[in-house]
Amino acid sequence: MATELRLKELSKKDMLLTSGHRMCSGCGAPIIVKMVLLASEYPIIAANATGCLEVSTCISDYTAWKIPWIHNAFENAAATISGVETMYRALKKQGKIDKEIKFIAFGGDGGTYDIGFQSLSGAMERGHDMIYICYDNGAYMNTGIQRSSATPFGADTTTCPAGSVIPGKPQNRKNLTKIMAAHNIPYAAQASPSHWLDLMKKVRKALEIKGPKFLNIISPCNRGWRSRTDDAIQLSRLAVETCYWPLYEIEDGVTKITVTPKEKKPIADFLKPQGRFKHLFAPENEWMLKKIQEDIDKEWAGLQKCSAAEEKKLE
Amino acid sequence: MGKIVAATGNEAVAEALRQVNPDVSSAYPITPATDIMQRFTSFVSNGKVKTEMILVESEHSAMSGCIGASAAGGRVMTATSSQGLALMWEELFIASGTRLPIVMALVNRALSAPLNIHGDHSDGMGARDCGWIQLWSENAQEAYDNTIQAFRIAEHMDIRLPAMVCLDGFIVSHSIERIEYLEDEKVRNFAGEFKQLNPLLDLEHPVSYGPLILTDYYMEYRRAQDEVMSKVPQVVLDVAKDFEKISGRKYGLFETYRLDDAEIGLVILNSAAGTSKDVIDEFRNRGIKAGLLKPRLYRPFPYKEIGEALKGLKAVCVLDRADAFGGSYGPLFIDIASSLYPYKDKPILINKIYGLGGRDYMPAHAEQALSELVEAAKTGKIKQIKEYIGVRE
Ligand SMILES: Cc1ncc(C[n+]2csc(CCOP(=O)(O)OP(=O)(O)O)c2C)c(N)n1
Ligand code: SF4
Repeated sequence: MATELRLKELSKKDMLLTSGHRMCSGCGAPIIVKMVLLASEYPIIAANATGCLEVSTCISDYTAWKIPWIHNAFENAAATISGVETMYRALKKQGKIDKEIKFIAFGGDGGTYDIGFQSLSGAMERGHDMIYICYDNGAYMNTGIQRSSATPFGADTTTCPAGSVIPGKPQNRKNLTKIMAAHNIPYAAQASPSHWLDLMKKVRKALEIKGPKFLNIISPCNRGWRSRTDDAIQLSRLAVETCYWPLYEIEDGVTKITVTPKEKKPIADFLKPQGRFKHLFAPENEWMLKKIQEDIDKEWAGLQKCSAAEEKKLE
Repeated sequence: MGKIVAATGNEAVAEALRQVNPDVSSAYPITPATDIMQRFTSFVSNGKVKTEMILVESEHSAMSGCIGASAAGGRVMTATSSQGLALMWEELFIASGTRLPIVMALVNRALSAPLNIHGDHSDGMGARDCGWIQLWSENAQEAYDNTIQAFRIAEHMDIRLPAMVCLDGFIVSHSIERIEYLEDEKVRNFAGEFKQLNPLLDLEHPVSYGPLILTDYYMEYRRAQDEVMSKVPQVVLDVAKDFEKISGRKYGLFETYRLDDAEIGLVILNSAAGTSKDVIDEFRNRGIKAGLLKPRLYRPFPYKEIGEALKGLKAVCVLDRADAFGGSYGPLFIDIASSLYPYKDKPILINKIYGLGGRDYMPAHAEQALSELVEAAKTGKIKQIKEYIGVRE
């Protein structure tokens, strides 16, 4: 059983991703990685897909990772960690290694929802004992904010720029959390760095479960979201409070909302501070805002219906 | 003593892999290599090896899994062909650039389009500059012997590079031949214990694999990789010497057949060398000094040694089982021409493209090439440098 998370205990632990990494200030991704590594009571070996997190944390002779870490390519963090985890099992069986080690793959939404989807799906089906964590900032940020299949409807990106004929991304985002759960893996969940306790509890819980686990974590990117550098936590909180990014988990097929907002805020509260949605507030695009709200309401109602559990009230 | 068997090339490679007993293998099926992994996984299922399998959803993931497993710190192998190798292309560079001693059997097959599953060297040639060591094999015996040696070469502490063992699809992979297998014990001792180098699983010394390297150091890394490659031929020769001790079979960087006093010669890779040798014997019987050179270590290419071996001939025909688009000569021809480039007096060179997509290579084709060389040696003239043979006009 996972032990309870206590701030006092956590404050004594080492940060396993050092400061001095070169991600943009105010980026959500390193905060998430620090939370994940802090939550673990086991030694972790991590794989990282190509993307912002990878290119910024391990340049030339410097690495920000205090744990064993491997970057292979863009689309294969899941397959790469499969290899590492399999060698671990092989050597353990042969008596050459006896430590309990856990394996985590980190990928951005592009490297997870799109190009890495096949290798992720394959790794989940094979049942490797690992957690795959997607830090979802909703676009290909490292190459300059191109749309991915995680980009929300209506967002302005460099490959679906909001123009006079096409007002931003015309399609809805892919619901990857549900797709991963449909692999019948023992654990899939959504988390947000604004709700650190919920996030870390989910990591701790996932680490205790044998087999493939998937965590989708919203990761604000001030460059791509066209937002202020100091509002990553505020924005991810709004994502939860507007039910744009519901916090829930699917454990052994049972869906449970882990955080229910006290008062569900309108989606405009989440969209307004972000420059990528600026055009949605023009009068001619009112229909888009309306559609986004309707979609969220529908999703949230469906999730609530699914959720079998008592819901924790947001403090 | 070992045992003499009748087996296919794929069976022989699978047998070598069983004897070496790697820690992890990750694989995806493709004709004509599938059979290797089918046989191997039955060894796994029946407890004949300790290997953990990762049966992935694509070749890209197969090589990705091999890379993860190899970086973790253990002995790793896989097998593929054609489209499978093409899908791995990105990962081939990452395996070699990361210096991971993965061993892969490449059962040579043509590339699409048009779709063709038969023997052809286009796949191996496409991967020749990916930083992998390439050993090519004439028959099942050589494929078996090369596979065993490949682990020692790849895992050598001065090298730590991935190695691929090439054998011809169907012609060797699926034909039954006489093969001498070594005893399990001998192979196990020859391969030795896998030695780790900066394993990811070492928690006391955490390492980061796969950094971003910008303009400041990238060139230095690439040059270092080239330097490592330059050490490969000597290691190949040393390993061959040790292998001779346990097998009685001699291997070098390339094989020469009746080449020492030859005036004309063929250069050819893999299975077609056998047919060519027979025809060379016929020409020798007729008093014509013909010989053959068959590269074994194709990457890194031993330019100097091969140039030395061929420079004294009057005329040489390089036979390629792969074409190169863009009006180019065949890939082997280009390498042979480069190896002769430094010499002032060098043989006349011609290039024949043969056997694409599994088209038979017949004694008549070798005869045609040799007869042309006889003429060229006599007159100093050739009709054309590159020509397709065995093709319907
Ligand atoms: C096969 C391949 N295609 C494209 C790229 C270029 N590329 C590198 S990172 C990246 C975007 C990464 O986006 P995402 O996964 O969302 O992570 P983020 O940068 O947003 O953190 C792309 C397209 C690549 N490295 N490899
Ligand atoms: S571009 Fe965005 S995701 Fe990338 S480091 Fe900067 S803030 Fe983070």
